[in-house]
Amino acid sequence: MKLLTHNLLSSHVPGLRPGGGFPLRIEAAEVRERPVPFNAAFVSRLVPRLRWDALREAAESLGRPSELPPEPTPGYEADEEFLRRLHHVLLEVEVLEGSLQCPDSGRRFPISRGVPNLLLTEDEA
Amino acid sequence: MREAGMAGHGAASAALRRYLLLLAQEHLEFRLPEIASLLSLCGGQFSGEQEIRVNSPFWILNIPSEEMARGLMKRTVCAKSIFELWGHGKSAGELYASLKNYPTDKMLPYLHSDSTYKVHIHTFNKTLTQAQKIKKIDALEFLPFRGKVNLKNPEHIFWILEDYGMNPNDVPEEPIHLYFGRWIADGQRELIESYSVKKRHFIGNTSMDACLSFIMANHGRVKPNDIVYDPFVGTGGLLISSAHFGAYVCGTDIDYNTIHGLGKASRKNQKWRGPDENIRASLRQYGLEKYYLDALVADFSRPIWRKGILFDAIITDPPYGIREAPRRMGSQKETVKSVERSTENHFFVSSSYHLSDIFFDLLKFGAEHLVMGGRLVYWLPVYRPEYTEEIIPRHPCLKLISNCEQLLSSHTSRRLITMEKVKEFKDQDANSYLLDGQYMPYRGHNSFRDKYFSGVTKRIAKEEKDNQK
Repeated sequence: MKLLTHNLLSSHVPGLRPGGGFPLRIEAAEVRERPVPFNAAFVSRLVPRLRWDALREAAESLGRPSELPPEPTPGYEADEEFLRRLHHVLLEVEVLEGSLQCPDSGRRFPISRGVPNLLLTEDEA
Repeated sequence: MREAGMAGHGAASAALRRYLLLLAQEHLEFRLPEIASLLSLCGGQFSGEQEIRVNSPFWILNIPSEEMARGLMKRTVCAKSIFELWGHGKSAGELYASLKNYPTDKMLPYLHSDSTYKVHIHTFNKTLTQAQKIKKIDALEFLPFRGKVNLKNPEHIFWILEDYGMNPNDVPEEPIHLYFGRWIADGQRELIESYSVKKRHFIGNTSMDACLSFIMANHGRVKPNDIVYDPFVGTGGLLISSAHFGAYVCGTDIDYNTIHGLGKASRKNQKWRGPDENIRASLRQYGLEKYYLDALVADFSRPIWRKGILFDAIITDPPYGIREAPRRMGSQKETVKSVERSTENHFFVSSSYHLSDIFFDLLKFGAEHLVMGGRLVYWLPVYRPEYTEEIIPRHPCLKLISNCEQLLSSHTSRRLITMEKVKEFKDQDANSYLLDGQYMPYRGHNSFRDKYFSGVTKRIAKEEKDNQK
């Protein structure tokens, strides 16, 4: 699971308060960095879709304080250094083993071989 | 008078130039939406000469620039080639008259003395002898060709295209329409072979054939740097075409084993899937791994994505229970259909996912999570005797763009539905369309599936009977 995907996911345990369940807490047992070709235009396009605080928090929770600024720098589209940092955090850091924990209910969703399993059990759904 | 008329004609043709599109004669219904979608992606709009004969392999298009024509051909799998149209007519005489009217200054750049060229003849619904072809090429000697003929590697290729109509049992002596033009570019038909499912590393029982998956990406106007999502991703075949066009892709599926590439193989003569059969490896096979985002195990009937605009296109083939049973995680109230064991060592239960619910969920999801102008492309199964356009699911935020039928049997088909987000999603939109009294064919739980299967069963029985003859 890449941190981009994490930034778009939310817990869906029934009975959460409105807007609850985000961001999922990452508990990582194995993290890998895998290079992905840098694409400034793509990373730039992603910025408006991101929840910035959640991204910084996720990077830090993986022991990768990413040197991301508190907010996207104005004119970031032309700031290659910023875009490269963001590219690395969003696309090159992958959680292979571990879990995602719902911040409200505490429910854990396992991640194995890089794939989160977000299925609920019969009792929960 | 005549001069004024000519000047007016010149101004109009400078704004929109005429091109001839040569189309492949398959997936006929899917061609117009593909070409229209791609032209709008290139910043143009579909504008045909008079009425386009939708089933003909020849369409005359008005396009503002050759650059746009080339852009179109970089994406289309429905069209074979595009030509700058120099003349056309309903008889050889009409064609020659039309060519003599084509402005010489537009021809000369391609005919000058230090250039090389060849003339190619293409016929539809008739085969000509070599002698007949040469005669037809020689008849064009009134054109100011100054260059040298080079059959192997010419700079410019000119095509004579002859249309002998659509009926193979009634081929006219003379063509019913003739065209002459300068070849500009070929389309992407070779992708159908190079991305053939037969050569694909990781496939499932329902992998989409390559041509249709490229058509889906084109109807969806997928473009470079988009995020494309498939909520019923299976083995990820639909994502490959989007990634080929430069979009980043992700998918979810309820089937743990499919996402992880575990379990029985779908291929003949192979019992189990290999260790590296998954969506990522499948993209890697085509040099597209850089476009892989993630594949997750999730139930589409549960909202795993947070609020907001997340995706540029949603392209999917929902399970309609023909070969893979639709499933979603069941609650205790619902009938238990099957019990499965996931490798996480807990049991989960899946129950049938009502067809109508799949489409409600899909439209609502698109309305909520697509960018403005983003497209939802999906297959809708249809029991033909009961089909009317009213059963196409609607949503106030989504506009129906196209609806193309692919026949599966005499009673069943599936329709490729393309919708575009045209209105911001507000929470009150979420269920508004549920009030409409449509979709009844899909509402009765499995009635569609039963009818569908009865058609399929009959067909299989007939085929078996025929085989025994």
